[in-house]
Amino acid sequence: MTADCDIAVLGAGPAGANAAIQAATGGCSVVLLDEAAQPGGQVWRAKSTSILSAPANSESKAGDALRRAVNQSDITHHGSTRVWQIERVDDVWRLYLLQGNQTEKMTARALILATGAREFVHPIPGWTTPGVHGLAGATALFKDALILPGKNTVVAGAGPLAFFVASEIRRLGGQIAAVITPNSRSEWLRAIPAMSARPDLLARGATWVADLMTSGIPIHWRHAVTAVSGTSQVDAVHFQRVSPDWSPVDKVRTLNADSLCLGHGLIPDTQAAQLAGLELTYRAELGGWVARVAPDGITEVKNLFVCGDGAGILGAAAAVVQGRLAGLAAATGFGAQRSENLYQQLLSQHARAARFGRAATALALPRPGLNRVATPNTIICRCESLTLADIRDEIRTGATSTNAVKAGLRAGMGPCGGRYCQTAVSRLIEHTANLPEGSVAPPTPRPPLRPVPLSAMADDFNYDDLPISKPAPL
Amino acid sequence: MIRLIRDRSTDIKRTRLLTFHFDGQPVQAHEGETVAVALLRAGQLTTRTAPNDQAPRGLFCCMGLCQECVVVIDGRVTEACRRIVTDGLVVEPTNGAP
Repeated sequence: MTADCDIAVLGAGPAGANAAIQAATGGCSVVLLDEAAQPGGQVWRAKSTSILSAPANSESKAGDALRRAVNQSDITHHGSTRVWQIERVDDVWRLYLLQGNQTEKMTARALILATGAREFVHPIPGWTTPGVHGLAGATALFKDALILPGKNTVVAGAGPLAFFVASEIRRLGGQIAAVITPNSRSEWLRAIPAMSARPDLLARGATWVADLMTSGIPIHWRHAVTAVSGTSQVDAVHFQRVSPDWSPVDKVRTLNADSLCLGHGLIPDTQAAQLAGLELTYRAELGGWVARVAPDGITEVKNLFVCGDGAGILGAAAAVVQGRLAGLAAATGFGAQRSENLYQQLLSQHARAARFGRAATALALPRPGLNRVATPNTIICRCESLTLADIRDEIRTGATSTNAVKAGLRAGMGPCGGRYCQTAVSRLIEHTANLPEGSVAPPTPRPPLRPVPLSAMADDFNYDDLPISKPAPL
Repeated sequence: MIRLIRDRSTDIKRTRLLTFHFDGQPVQAHEGETVAVALLRAGQLTTRTAPNDQAPRGLFCCMGLCQECVVVIDGRVTEACRRIVTDGLVVEPTNGAP
């Protein structure tokens, strides 16, 4: 079967765009698909057209360079395109796309998945209150429209991301009520040797923390936000000291604030990989459930490659290199010459960036004490407004897999497709049924991967085209 | 107090303002912005009520995944964080949906 192109790349962030560039350099025809109009992914997201000019930062510079490189290459880039189904037909990959309200199909001989990460926000009482934003989500506001999440914001989360968010709020002239992080200062000190693998990134993080300290903004180390109050808007954020496993201890303290940025680490987005036929294994140090992927993106399935945070949370620096390696591997499969020198050089660059990434990811990995924060009335599944009590009852009556909870309660069947509840549901089953961490897998993803309007699926369906047989003679 | 990260907000130049309508009220936005960003700036944080418990909800993931910010535009349920505003656009909250 002939395909529309040699290689389709899903996701135009640091990993996907670099994979596409590398494969195109090797002489392959490459189609690069992404939801956003412009390449960059979440981390190097392009500015909205509402911004005429703005001061640059590291992310905007890296993103601009990537967008220039994609424009100058021979890649066919389809922005504003969602992939909602992946099929293997004979020896090619068939992708179902949604562009605007139109569905399209395309085929490729090889597929590179660079779907990146999504954010884990552990449910806490009041987290559905308007004014609560994901911590990684808030960075989209800063990069895209350069807008603040509120007038007085509490920033809460683990690892470097909380401090990046705080620094961006400061750069955009916002006010921070406090930074609250479950990590202790000594955990950070212990991470420094591994993080020195990328001294540039380490120095940047140190500036974020130093700025808060010299400006008198409180940093509550080894604390966590345990509740939000307010009905139609956040009016206060409640927080507590936590133990080393992040269980809340001591009295509840309260901060007045109109907004909260809250996150508990990043999770590899693996739904496309699962649809393409890859099995997942639990690798806590990589951020959770991931496919088995070699440093050069090669997987167990022929002509299927995975790279970047979707293969394990190692950050943008590692994603760039793994993207190039995957592009190289895919192109080599179609007869491109591979420079052994470049290959070895990229492998050692990846090892260095991965060392930094693993240290950053380790700080942000959710710990078991988080399970003690939600109360019976806390909403776990936002789409269906299902509470902890609803889901725990289902587990206690025998639903000990995410698929069973999904089938019984619809948790994960709502419009978000389970992206904002399934990790919490897995952890809840493990906690309730006394199972070890990583023993409860995410549910089987079903197409469409993203919401598709029925009108687009129905295509140009017309009732008059329905074959109606003649009435049988009486 | 020593500020190591400078406030650069005054160095940002934005496009002209236009007006659209949310739930019957006029809202200002910069040309090219998303509906969600314009509503956030206007302090209109609640964009819908949730099914089942009818609690107020609004922009959450900011990147087109969570579907919390969906609104109704031209009779179609649309993610406010991905829809660019236009002059005179009529946006309605989605109550009890999707």
